[in-house]
Amino acid sequence: MMALSRTTLFGGVLLLAGVIGFALLPGFVGGYGLSMAINFLMFAILATAWAMFSGPSGYVSLATVAFFGIGAYTVAVLGERLPWGAVLLLAAAIAFLVALLVGLSTLRLRGVYFVIFSFGLAELIRQVVNWYESTQAGSVGRYVFLDITQEQIVWQLTAVLALLFIVGWLIERSRVGFALRMIGDDETVALHCGVNITLIKVLVFSLSAAFMALVGAIVAPRWTYLDPSIAFNPNISFQVLIMALLGGARRLYGPLLGVIPMVLLFEYLSTHFPHLFSVLLGVTFLAIVYLVPHGVAGLIEGYVQRYRKRFPGKRGGENAGAKARQGGAL
Amino acid sequence: MTTSTTLLSVRDVTRRFGNLRAVDALSFDIAEGEIVGLLGPNGSGKTTMMNLVSGALKPNAGTIRLAGDDIAGLPPNRIARQGIARTFQLVRVLPSMNCLDNVKAGLGFGAEPVWGSAADSRAEALLQRVGMAHRCWTLGKDLTYMDQKRLELARALALQPRLLLLDEWLAGLNPSELVEAIELLRKVRGEGVTMVMVEHVMDAIRSLCDRCVIMNAGAKIAEGAPAEALAEPEVVRAYLGDDAHA
Repeated sequence: MMALSRTTLFGGVLLLAGVIGFALLPGFVGGYGLSMAINFLMFAILATAWAMFSGPSGYVSLATVAFFGIGAYTVAVLGERLPWGAVLLLAAAIAFLVALLVGLSTLRLRGVYFVIFSFGLAELIRQVVNWYESTQAGSVGRYVFLDITQEQIVWQLTAVLALLFIVGWLIERSRVGFALRMIGDDETVALHCGVNITLIKVLVFSLSAAFMALVGAIVAPRWTYLDPSIAFNPNISFQVLIMALLGGARRLYGPLLGVIPMVLLFEYLSTHFPHLFSVLLGVTFLAIVYLVPHGVAGLIEGYVQRYRKRFPGKRGGENAGAKARQGGAL
Repeated sequence: MTTSTTLLSVRDVTRRFGNLRAVDALSFDIAEGEIVGLLGPNGSGKTTMMNLVSGALKPNAGTIRLAGDDIAGLPPNRIARQGIARTFQLVRVLPSMNCLDNVKAGLGFGAEPVWGSAADSRAEALLQRVGMAHRCWTLGKDLTYMDQKRLELARALALQPRLLLLDEWLAGLNPSELVEAIELLRKVRGEGVTMVMVEHVMDAIRSLCDRCVIMNAGAKIAEGAPAEALAEPEVVRAYLGDDAHA
């Protein structure tokens, strides 16, 4: 059996092309283009990180912005005091630890209870930061004066997205990823098969939180001024959820398919209908859940399955081998 | 019967739900290589007992030893790694995964995990063993009821269990499926797997079980070879009511 399948190779080539494309991008586009690129990369990382945990496990999280905001605030507080690399590492580490603690105490909640809890968590963190800033730090807002350009933000986000795809791919093909899929299908079965379900859930949840915090930290210099309602804006959690669902959360590349149209759509909505944005966000959400419940990736996969059923001889790689062995046994 | 090594030893195990003692100071032993039927009327505590052994429930009192190690109160994943596999009273397969992956679920996380291409070939062999070699790529949710039961058995066997718990594994099958299923269990038994089965299908008990433990209201009321144990007056009373009223 081949160590690397054709799809893996194809994915690798695409990833490399994407990295080179984004690395060279600043030379070709102006400020608006860069800002769109940042939006796209930011949501691509957030949605992919979200789907890395929530896709296979079925635990729908609305806490994305909690970790994103933790990253942004790490920069706001420590950005001028520590070297940039240390700030990023610290942001990821803090989010990882918060997710670890939260996960240990709450990942036994299932279904709608977890959704509500995760939403509550994001609000709780926002309120705590709000309270601390206004009563202890003296002012609700903070200024972020860092000498980081748009180009540098694009490059950093590109690197993080590439890293996320590699990590996500490694998890997907490992026993951890397999166990997460088992948990999504039936937690009781997973448990009785010997899976330490708490460990697996908390580990992947925390890892995805670390990536979300990295994004928050990297894009924070863009704002110059930061307060809790910007850094912990719940709309971000919902936007990420919609993108991942539209693309399809059960495949690593799925969320990406949702991010591209959605970033464009949200850009259009927020410039043309700024006051109706939340309403239109909700309508989009409903339309997606109703029309493409398994996402674009699900649609593609459905077509592939139907194609394979019609032409069973064309099964790729390992499947074909197994099929041949099976044929011999019958 | 020869007294061989004891594999499972249950001593004075009690489990309460509120005021109800679902299992009440129950004790029994299972020897290596034996098949023991756990019988009793509905509500007598059989499934609770199975859940206590597999770790789904924790006992309030008593000890459960597997080959000498106390496993009472351990979480199910630890117990699975110690070598106890189970099937579920209401059959549970992984619906969105194909049959190969369903079996790999049992292979990857046991005491000696198998992964990668070795797991693929092992999983195929196990599917063949339960007569499902042609179903490798079918999703769990698309299987017939009988095939789901077979798949559950293959997954349990994938753990290479020292002890296999079957909770009404034969329930709900039609007569021809039942014959097939009993044959399958006989094959597994031939390979030396120790089993405890909760079962209502008397034919299966008579043809498969070496011994029976019969429960009523959480306590053991009889134990022994199936024919004798089932004929004991107290067992008849438990199932049919008192002679005087009959």
